[in-house]
Amino acid sequence: MGTGILRSDMSESSVVAEKSKGTESAFESWGRYPKYDARRIPLQWQGDYPAVMQGVHDSSLAVGMGRSYGDVCLLNGGNLLVTTGMNRLLAFDPETGVLTAEAGITLAQILDFSVPRGFFLPVTPGTKYVTLGGAIANDIHGKNHHVAGTFGSHVPAFELVRSDGTHILCSRSDNPEMYAATIGGMGLTGVMTWAQVKLRPIVSRKIDYEGIQFHGVDEFLDLTNASGHIEYTVSWVDCTSTGKNFARGIFMQGDHSQVPGELKPSSEPKLVFPIEAPGFALNKLSVSLFNTAFFHKQIHKRAVALQDYEPFFYPLDKVLDWNRLYGKSGLLQFQYVIPWDYAREGTIAILGEVAKSGLASFLAVLKAFGDVPSPGLMSFPKPGITLALDFPIKADRSFPLFERLADMTREFGGRLYPAKDAAMTAAQFQAFYPQWRQFAQYRDPKLTSSFWERVSGEAA
Amino acid sequence: MAAVGSGVNGAQDVSGSRVQMAHRGGRPAKKVLVLGATSGIAEATCRIWAGQGASLFLAGRNAARLEVVAADLRVRGAAEVYTAVVDLDDTAKHPELLAHAVNTLTGLDVAYLAHGVLGDQAAAEQDFAVAEQILHTNLISAVSLLTWLGNFCAQRRSGVLAVISSVAGDRGRKSNYLYGASKAGLSAFLGGLRNRVDREGVTVLNIKPGPVKTAMTINMPGSHKFADVGKVAAAIVKAVDAKRDTLYVPFQWAPIMFVVRHIPERVFKKLNL
Repeated sequence: MGTGILRSDMSESSVVAEKSKGTESAFESWGRYPKYDARRIPLQWQGDYPAVMQGVHDSSLAVGMGRSYGDVCLLNGGNLLVTTGMNRLLAFDPETGVLTAEAGITLAQILDFSVPRGFFLPVTPGTKYVTLGGAIANDIHGKNHHVAGTFGSHVPAFELVRSDGTHILCSRSDNPEMYAATIGGMGLTGVMTWAQVKLRPIVSRKIDYEGIQFHGVDEFLDLTNASGHIEYTVSWVDCTSTGKNFARGIFMQGDHSQVPGELKPSSEPKLVFPIEAPGFALNKLSVSLFNTAFFHKQIHKRAVALQDYEPFFYPLDKVLDWNRLYGKSGLLQFQYVIPWDYAREGTIAILGEVAKSGLASFLAVLKAFGDVPSPGLMSFPKPGITLALDFPIKADRSFPLFERLADMTREFGGRLYPAKDAAMTAAQFQAFYPQWRQFAQYRDPKLTSSFWERVSGEAA
Repeated sequence: MAAVGSGVNGAQDVSGSRVQMAHRGGRPAKKVLVLGATSGIAEATCRIWAGQGASLFLAGRNAARLEVVAADLRVRGAAEVYTAVVDLDDTAKHPELLAHAVNTLTGLDVAYLAHGVLGDQAAAEQDFAVAEQILHTNLISAVSLLTWLGNFCAQRRSGVLAVISSVAGDRGRKSNYLYGASKAGLSAFLGGLRNRVDREGVTVLNIKPGPVKTAMTINMPGSHKFADVGKVAAAIVKAVDAKRDTLYVPFQWAPIMFVVRHIPERVFKKLNL
């Protein structure tokens, strides 16, 4: 006789969203495109994988919060191993800042623990609703890339479980090849059970913030060169305007305040985007009105403020489910990095193409990557300029534009970011990441994703 | 008799030095015994108590799971975390387990019963052995634990007995009436026990959760609308502190179950629930 134990998912928000009823479930990522059927299998304990796979066929993919935009976190017709219940803290050393936690913990959950103790993430993306495992698998970057490198640069070790049941401890000294393949490896090398991340001390929740208006890519580059000593820099750029307002934007920079302040935990977000916006809500007029308003919201050329870290790092997390703004058809993200040799030229050309198309939206972000090398074999960042923007999906116009922009990126020696992609071709991917065949040797044969199936085939 | 295995806090308390959590000020650490500590609701509740600096004694069946839950609670700031690997269906071992727990904790402020099974309703309809198992785990084993704990607390004239029952115990319905019967029996037992020991200074809290987002419900239609386990846990901690008698959680289930209880039987028996 056994005591049954009620198990429960400790996640705080939706994982890959389930949208249909019944046994067949369609799943979508944060971009809401594409939508694929899959079976969800929760991983609640470190010992669950591969035990739960007995009698289960088809390929699998470990997923966390499903906040990647495209299909790196989807697997059409396969099994999604949902890790968000595996979210326990295992050890914390306040001397070194090294936190050891199960891989399904979210960055939000880490911050809830660490901020009251005077520690912050070494690198954070624009949302805290991603898992530790996802942050490593996509080797994410943040506003401090020019000084701190990628998230993977701050991960001393992790454990990988392969589908044959072997456990692999990975670090720069233990199984270094598997360590490098897994950082930025898109979840394809195994299921991560736990990982370490080295947190950094803070004395306040506040950020010393400065926003500076700029006009054009050259002014952006001047501001970038002048701000190398500042930890966080990023720019919002208006990619709808042409003529004298072409590539105008706001350069935002900040450092953790050195003035000791209260280190209370963050409150829960209260706003939820209530409805599916209709397809016509985002059009050329509404987006350019938004952009003009955003640019002029800052009345003076320079604005300084002492700002909480939540609005500085996670302005969109305030509104849960903000992706509904794009309606049912969803959005395409596009993010390139172009190396310094062609960074200026390429950025001007691509921004021009985007403005001409009239398809861009208001979430356009421009940043300079630094030269801290990424530890991952397949990591996206490299020194140069990165631009991220999203397009609402308009059936016959978005995809041709996307393909044109991807080809331009390739001509300028750049590459695109798999975590934000739903459209690049196999030929484009294989040109962007010529090391992909070497990486494929480390893939777990039972794990794959719709992204990998799409880009690892015969290049046309 | 087999000894109850226990692991004493081995890890260094690494989280204490820098922390100034709001709840910690001055008050002595709460001493909490958790039965079924690897259940999702129990674990979420323990995280809050750990953050408040409580001492916790965790009982559960799976050693590896208990250890990882204990590690998490230590990092979060629990003063002490002890574990015992035990099958709570084995009622003969309960007195030994409970005596060991209160000795180890050197007292008891809260006993939290969180073990239970949903069971297989369809199988239970055909096979009494399956039905009996559900009743044994959810009702008989709880009655055994609460008999010892009720007397212990009454004698000391203090303590909170917080017990997870279910809204399913409020009215039997065809889709889960074995589970519902076990929880209805548990609710009746808790009501009677409260009537007896409340005057001795002992609180009996009957916790009735609605559907919670769990590993078991992840593939159920509409599961993304189920209650968040962290919010359920926060409500439980609050109800324990307030020494409440009954907690519907989320609170909307109180009026819903009021209506469900008052549907006339001649109508109710025709419904597909």
